[in-house]
Amino acid sequence: MHIVELNAVKKYFRDQKAVDDISFSIEDGNIFGLLGPNGAGKTTLIRMITGIFFPDSGDIFFNGKKFNPIDDVINIGYMPEERGLYKKMKIGEQAVYLARLKGMSRNDAFSSVKKWFVKLEMESWWNKKVEDLSKGMSQKLQFVTTVVHHPKLIILDEPFSGLDPVNANLIKEEIFALSRNGSTIIFSTHRMEQVEEICHKIVLINKGKKILDGSIQAIKQEFKEHIFCIEGNIIPEHLMTHFFEVVSYHQGKLLIKMASDITNNELLNFFISQNINIQSFNEVLPSLNEIFIKLVEGNSPTRKFEPIS
Amino acid sequence: MNKIGIILSREYLSRVRKKSFLLTTIGVPLFIMAFYAIIIYISVSDNKENQKIAIIDEANLFSEKIDTSDHAIEFYFIKNETETSFIKKYKKEGYQSFLYIPKNVLGKNQYRLHSPSTASLSTIETIETIINNKLRAKQLMARGINPAEFDKLTLAVSLENTIDSDEGSKKSFAGISYAVSFGCGFLIYMMMVIYGTQVMRGVSEEKTNRIAEVIVSSVKPFQLMMGKILGIGAVGLTQFVIWILIMLTMQSVIPIIFPDLISQINTTTQASSENISMLTETLQGISSLPLLKILLSFLFYFLGGYLTYASIFAAIGSVVDEDQQETQQLVFPVLMPIILGFVIMTKAVNDPNSDLAIFGSIFPLTSPIVMMGRITYDVPFWQMALSMILLVVSFFFFTWITGKIYRTGILMYGKKASWKTMIKWTFRKG
Repeated sequence: MHIVELNAVKKYFRDQKAVDDISFSIEDGNIFGLLGPNGAGKTTLIRMITGIFFPDSGDIFFNGKKFNPIDDVINIGYMPEERGLYKKMKIGEQAVYLARLKGMSRNDAFSSVKKWFVKLEMESWWNKKVEDLSKGMSQKLQFVTTVVHHPKLIILDEPFSGLDPVNANLIKEEIFALSRNGSTIIFSTHRMEQVEEICHKIVLINKGKKILDGSIQAIKQEFKEHIFCIEGNIIPEHLMTHFFEVVSYHQGKLLIKMASDITNNELLNFFISQNINIQSFNEVLPSLNEIFIKLVEGNSPTRKFEPIS
Repeated sequence: MNKIGIILSREYLSRVRKKSFLLTTIGVPLFIMAFYAIIIYISVSDNKENQKIAIIDEANLFSEKIDTSDHAIEFYFIKNETETSFIKKYKKEGYQSFLYIPKNVLGKNQYRLHSPSTASLSTIETIETIINNKLRAKQLMARGINPAEFDKLTLAVSLENTIDSDEGSKKSFAGISYAVSFGCGFLIYMMMVIYGTQVMRGVSEEKTNRIAEVIVSSVKPFQLMMGKILGIGAVGLTQFVIWILIMLTMQSVIPIIFPDLISQINTTTQASSENISMLTETLQGISSLPLLKILLSFLFYFLGGYLTYASIFAAIGSVVDEDQQETQQLVFPVLMPIILGFVIMTKAVNDPNSDLAIFGSIFPLTSPIVMMGRITYDVPFWQMALSMILLVVSFFFFTWITGKIYRTGILMYGKKASWKTMIKWTFRKG
């Protein structure tokens, strides 16, 4: 079952192809990473999924049906990258107000906000104003307003920026809990280590186009460069072979890039024949960060405007 | 539609609950009333201390004592002193100032008042009136004309204007009509500018706060805009209702608290009897006006004018960032027709049936202000109807156009919007 399905979605602005023919789907209950450099079109894509923008062409399906913003907003929670709250409004009132705008009744909104405030130890803040909060506190409030209406789909754009490790962990646990309870989460960030830790599947977009789609394991396999790490009593100067190139050697750890026609066993045999005592041998998969940089390398730091022909 | 209601009530409550709202709504009329009360008190009360003024009359204009019973001034004639010798003495002898009338006063048309500091305007005016009257009487006498006869000849006759309509003739109170028309037009002008800019600021705040993006993921941008405009409009209406209530209670409460006030005023000095007749004239004049018609048209034109302009202000708020100067540049062209309306209105109260006034009261961008300037005069039905229809049409037209600008502008950051790009947005579909 796919909760979100994009089919050849396009959105062109006057001077930019913001989203240029992107298709992918997100499975129900997944934590899904939407990655891309600045200006890749992530925000435009998210705005289409949340119903803020309409695509110029292509279809978006939500929960198996054609996406209809008016009926479906109650099932979507969106936390934009740029946080926004009314500074002069009391926190409790504000959370209830935003929940009611999603379509909850006043009573439901009130009890749900109460519940979340208790859960995140915020209940004493109810009558405080946003302008009195620290950045981390307002971040937590923003998270509550995003999830308070029990959305099926939660879209979080850089949810941890500005949070200290303790609160970041708290929010991370809540994200896992929401996922266990059946919510699907779209997680957009530049922090690749968080993506590796949290996401099941990712999509990488660049210059308005999708350039990568799949589970993290599969992507790492796809981009592996046959690099292995061997630990043992090695003296690298003695290793002259066509089996591999030495990438680096540091404190008994040898990193090698294996020639493509060699199997693991042939390699191990080589070491054994050299009388080397191997303590460990494992393949080093590229980090998501490396894959990301490799794929978007050559982008100029900001995306140029390209006229639409 | 229900979501507009939720937004409306937040916008409304967050403003009405503010202390500044209470202050302006209740404070302003109280302040105005206190102001008038003080003026009336000052003009009615007989508290003036008589000024003692010495006169050195070298021209021998005045042989006898000058009658100053109507004024708070007493004159004392000083003999055997010159202007220069008396300058050092008059303060010691208890005079506030002294008047020096030189011999050739009639040739020079000038005499002098010596005082330790600048004399008050009213003192100078009073002295001038008294002395000039005396001089005139003397001149008349010299030519053998009895001053009393002369006064009879030059008496001003007041003109009463009677309006003849199908219901019969009635007395016209041009001054009152003028004041009420002008007041209504001015109030609409103020409210449009004040509440229009409030809408603009509110929208721009939501944009710079970035809460707009959160909200438009829940509601349509148009709902957010309308909720805000209607909410702030409701604040304006609330303010009116409170003002009207305050006025009504004052009208009924004051005679109960001070039952003798009117009679007290009546029995005070003669000079104030003029004020009293003005007061009764005013009351009569106000009750002769079609008050219900004025009230209803006021509400209609306030709402129509406010709604038309508020959507334009909302669109401006949606395209500007925090840059004040940029805001000013965009607001100026919007304020122009409002100010133009105000200028036409000041003409229209003087000449309500001129071509300019008729045009201004029908053209929808100026009609809310100008029509109120004509409201106490009989406006032909077709003009009224055309003006109202055009205002409603223009409200829908501007809301439709500005809704498109708003929708794009509210999510646009870092880009400067000019009128040109805004017009482009309005032609974009989708």
